[in-house]
Amino acid sequence: MKNNSKNIAPTVLSVSDLKVKFVTPDYSVHAVNNVSFSLKRGEVLSVLGESGSGKSVTLSAIQRLLPKNITSVEGSIKINGEEILTMSARRLNQLRGGQIAMIFQEPATSFDPVFTVGQQITEGIRHHAGCSQSEADKKALELLDLVRIPSAKDRLHNYPFEMSGGMRQRAMIALALSCDPMILLADEPTTALDATVQIQILLLLKDIQKELGLSIIFVTHDIGVSIEIGDRIAVMYGGQIVETGNLAEVINDAKHPYTKGLLSSTIHANSSGKRLHAIPGSPPNLSNAPSNCSFSERCEFANETCKNTIPDNVKLGIERFSRCLRIGVWE
Amino acid sequence: MAKIDKSFVKVRNLKKYFQTGTQIPFLKKPPAVKAVENVSFDVFKGETLGVVGESGCGKSTVARLLIQLIKPDAGEIIIDGLAVEKRGGISTRDLRHRMQMVFQDSYATLNPRMPIEESIAFGPISNGKKPSEAMLESKHFMDQVGLDPNIYLHRYPHELSGGQRQRVNIARALAMGPEVIILDEAVSALDKSVEAQVLNLLTDLKSDLKLTYIFISHDLNVVKYISDKVMVMYLGEVVEYGTVEDVYNSPKHPYTEALLASQPSMDPSRKLKTVPITGDPPNPINPPSGCKFHTRCPKVTDLCRTVNPKLQSTDNVDHLTACHLASNVTEVDVLNAQKGLNS
Ligand SMILES: Nc1ncnc2c1ncn2[C@@H]1O[C@H](COP(=O)(O)OP(=O)(O)OP(=O)(O)O)[C@@H](O)[C@H]1O
Ligand SMILES: [Mg+2]
Repeated sequence: MKNNSKNIAPTVLSVSDLKVKFVTPDYSVHAVNNVSFSLKRGEVLSVLGESGSGKSVTLSAIQRLLPKNITSVEGSIKINGEEILTMSARRLNQLRGGQIAMIFQEPATSFDPVFTVGQQITEGIRHHAGCSQSEADKKALELLDLVRIPSAKDRLHNYPFEMSGGMRQRAMIALALSCDPMILLADEPTTALDATVQIQILLLLKDIQKELGLSIIFVTHDIGVSIEIGDRIAVMYGGQIVETGNLAEVINDAKHPYTKGLLSSTIHANSSGKRLHAIPGSPPNLSNAPSNCSFSERCEFANETCKNTIPDNVKLGIERFSRCLRIGVWE
Repeated sequence: MAKIDKSFVKVRNLKKYFQTGTQIPFLKKPPAVKAVENVSFDVFKGETLGVVGESGCGKSTVARLLIQLIKPDAGEIIIDGLAVEKRGGISTRDLRHRMQMVFQDSYATLNPRMPIEESIAFGPISNGKKPSEAMLESKHFMDQVGLDPNIYLHRYPHELSGGQRQRVNIARALAMGPEVIILDEAVSALDKSVEAQVLNLLTDLKSDLKLTYIFISHDLNVVKYISDKVMVMYLGEVVEYGTVEDVYNSPKHPYTEALLASQPSMDPSRKLKTVPITGDPPNPINPPSGCKFHTRCPKVTDLCRTVNPKLQSTDNVDHLTACHLASNVTEVDVLNAQKGLNS
């Protein structure tokens, strides 16, 4: 890392050439193919992609949580310069309960239904900080206040099922923060919520992120959500990041035909009465190793080369990349 | 409602409570979820009525009541002047010729062991159509939804993508020759790039076949795009009804306002800074008194806490809302309402 200039925050996580493949006797899936990106301190990276594009697998790979027996992982994932893919199990455990925390779509994934929310959060705090029960209780209360759970004191004694969806999601964020993480991995944490609750959680996350200087990778299939939360964006398709860069630049001036297609097929306030520009076809089958641009089958600008070669990342600016061989042609 | 006579589907005072399984000590009966309460609306021929609201607000229950998958506790459903399941009206069987439904989960609604051709022909055959004829027509309906019969006729559901399966479900509905199709979150499970294909298809079918749609979705942008009229529901009740232009451009109910304002912005330079409303929707087992939105409403008054406002016209007769502050309630109405409450 050579980020010695003052106004550039240091990189906390860098993923390079990540490949994840699942192989069983019945099938294989090339779920993640040559994915590279970096995350800076205090930044939110939105990862936008449709179902099956490899978003969740990428997050699992970062924490080494993929099923060992059927998975092959190649490439490099470094946290503060330290390689995750080869580190010892002991060191990995320290990371998972310390520098990296995760929140999910379903709070049930995080919470054990038979313990109260308070018990689980204080447990997290004590495990991490090795402090006394009373100190942990105090910190737990602070955390519930931080995520703006009203009458926090009473809520500590609630079981997860006794909370409404939005409250449970807030409690899950408090639980994730109980180990003072530096990086928060968020896998569609607002997808199951109602619209009026989703926006509350998004703004809450953003506030907390600023207050604590957190770095967040926020995975979603919802363009609006990715725009609302992100500073930078990575667009995934068929296991690849096809385009990445500053959020406003990518949304206002997309440099990959898939990003462009996705934006124009998404209905927004002014679509009424106009025919939608749908992308023809459907997402690729990932059972073979990629040998071409994963979007070439559906791309109106693809030529023979696109169908036979894997496009390299084309650098378009500072941290702005597109994997398209025909950038000059279709614009 | 002014144009009652032109309405093709007319719903009046529909009510449905679901008994829950959990028994609470000292109470004789387990509590009921008040899924749909006093719901009335009209759908005009050839129009699309969008239905929006958050999870559990009763959208899907209304849909299931409409096609008689479940029976209402009270209320009337009238289609083309014929009351459903009433003497001199229309039977459920005949109703389903005229009204069909497409669900969100494209997989669950298709028989996994039945090839597409048979799936589409199944409805007409069970209605007495000759199998050979129904199978032949399957091809026509596949063409209509943009699935090449030469490729897909003999495929099974698991061999199709989500978007293709949803096309099959639409073809199955069309095969019954309906005039009204209820689409309950029918595009919600699809990827955006595929959703647009299916929405274009629905738009084409509507104008080619002169269909009437009831389009239920949690996605406000999609509802705005596809609908002529829109109905907003909150905790089992209709809080607002009107044309898409009226409701989206000048919402009359504070809940509609909040819902619209909660939509993520699509413009990176105009991200939301403050939350439109706080709190979660209340539990429908134990809904608030008075106006059910009063616990979250920024404009709440004492009247709202005690008297549930009726759905009625605003200064625009075709734009209805159930809000004490927005509708044309006179002081006399309010006084009467309070009297009614005290008596
Ligand atoms: N444990 C596993 N074994 C085999 N295949 C898997 C496994 N986990 C994921 N996959 C496959 O890897 C691909 C990428 O999946 P992933 O879960 O990352 O998608 P996603 O982008 O998170 O999608 P969604 O938006 O639906 O959550 C998919 O084809 C999926 O079926
Ligand atoms: Mg996922």
